[in-house]
Amino acid sequence: MSQTNHLIYLDYAATTPVDKQVAQKMMQYLTVDGIFGNPASRSHGYGWQAEEAVETARQQIAELIHADPREIVFTSGATESDNLALKGVAHFYQSRGKHIITSKIEHKAILDTCRELEQEGFEITYLEPQPGTGMILPEQVKDALREDTILVSLMMVNNELGTITDVAAIGEITREAGVIFHVDGAQSVGKVKVNLEEMKIDLMSFSGHKVYGPKGIGALFVRRKPRIRLKAEQHGGGHERGMRSGTLATHQIVAMGEAFRIVSERFEQDHAHATKLRQKLWDGLQDIEEIYLNGDLEHSVPHIANISFNFVEGESLMMSLKDLAVSSGSACTSATLEPSYVLRAIGRSDELAHSSIRFSFGRYTTEEDIDTVIKQMHEAVDKLRALSPLWDMYQEGVDLDSVEWAEH
Amino acid sequence: MAYSDKVIDHYENPRNVGNLDKNAANVGTGMVGAPACGDVMRLQIQVNDEGIIEDARFKTYGCGSAIASSSLVTEWLKGKTLDQAGTIKNKDIAEELALPPVKVHCSVLAEDAIKAAISDYQGKHQPVDA
Repeated sequence: MSQTNHLIYLDYAATTPVDKQVAQKMMQYLTVDGIFGNPASRSHGYGWQAEEAVETARQQIAELIHADPREIVFTSGATESDNLALKGVAHFYQSRGKHIITSKIEHKAILDTCRELEQEGFEITYLEPQPGTGMILPEQVKDALREDTILVSLMMVNNELGTITDVAAIGEITREAGVIFHVDGAQSVGKVKVNLEEMKIDLMSFSGHKVYGPKGIGALFVRRKPRIRLKAEQHGGGHERGMRSGTLATHQIVAMGEAFRIVSERFEQDHAHATKLRQKLWDGLQDIEEIYLNGDLEHSVPHIANISFNFVEGESLMMSLKDLAVSSGSACTSATLEPSYVLRAIGRSDELAHSSIRFSFGRYTTEEDIDTVIKQMHEAVDKLRALSPLWDMYQEGVDLDSVEWAEH
Repeated sequence: MAYSDKVIDHYENPRNVGNLDKNAANVGTGMVGAPACGDVMRLQIQVNDEGIIEDARFKTYGCGSAIASSSLVTEWLKGKTLDQAGTIKNKDIAEELALPPVKVHCSVLAEDAIKAAISDYQGKHQPVDA
């Protein structure tokens, strides 16, 4: 792989670099001259110091989301948190019912876990997102609830589109119905305000590496009032109130705590920065014909802009964007040859799904970076449309939907 | 995604991009693929009175490998007879461009495009009592 330092990173939704402050703090919890003890070692100072660091981090995380520190369970990441939430609730409460509600545009960590639960005999309803925007409306949840529903799981911010679902309103509905509500918050922290004191959310997954923390650490919020019970997925020592056994990774936890603390300091600043960048990008691309925003400018976080460039295929587009690190909903760029299931679910045709690019901004993205993006996008789209038979046909006024294609 | 140098070359400097008059008697046009699959190739050949392909043009909607496959094919077609053109195999295209297994279907589509263009041309030149 050629050197990556000159690439402009615009894939913050995939992962973020660790903040230098966070990295420095982490280092203090590793080596023999640092705080390396096992937080579960009750009998000596090495353990107590580590435990103190863990509890401080727990407090930092709880503060940002307005929760009680005792409601935070540390895991290896949002994927594990999602698994624990879904399987933990399903297995504990299955005598009450076996129906679960989620949506078609959830992250694979939810969808694959749901498939697994279906194998075990659970019934899953996958709500359809609103066309174009990808929002899941509270009414949809209300209409899908049944006598035997035990769990609703929805993401607060969609990772491909950036769309925000009104989990506060949905929480009201589920609480009234006595149904447990889990929210995948991997993309929410630092982008929208999360207030678990007000929002009637029972379980929420969090990720370290989406907020300038390291990969391999996450958390699951498990509400105490009303008390949510889970059947543990991982056993061996009873850590985290029996919900997730395994020696706590002090350095990872401290890092996540520090990352969350920094988020609370910089929330407004980071938000304003991303808003400015996205507006600049969107404005700068307006003179390109036939572009479509996937998602909704109003009901979304400003850090993500998912745009389809009609008549141009995504992977070839990315080949042109030599100095940019972005991702695409195109089939060619996925492991299978299928276009993004999220874009398909919001009603985008296969062509538009194949032609999409997701730009996601972060703390270190500059306005000059956006200038470069705008310039390169224009050049790439022009070049590829000159090569595209579909663009020709569009210009000739041919209705592409009416063509009979010779598929292979 | 690791592209071979040849794929990159064809992508950066595509050969023979453009259109021939599809209504002309000596032009054959093949359009294969579908937008839903992420690959559409239009290949056109201009055949002289001796039955030799004297010009070829392409336009492709698709990934780098698809663009390279169709660009390469326009180079190979020039100077060949229709019969010779019909013997070009996707295997040859894939080998020349060092396409990885997941991209071999791009070369298959290019082979299909050649056959479609030839077929279209021949369709314009059918003997009346065939």
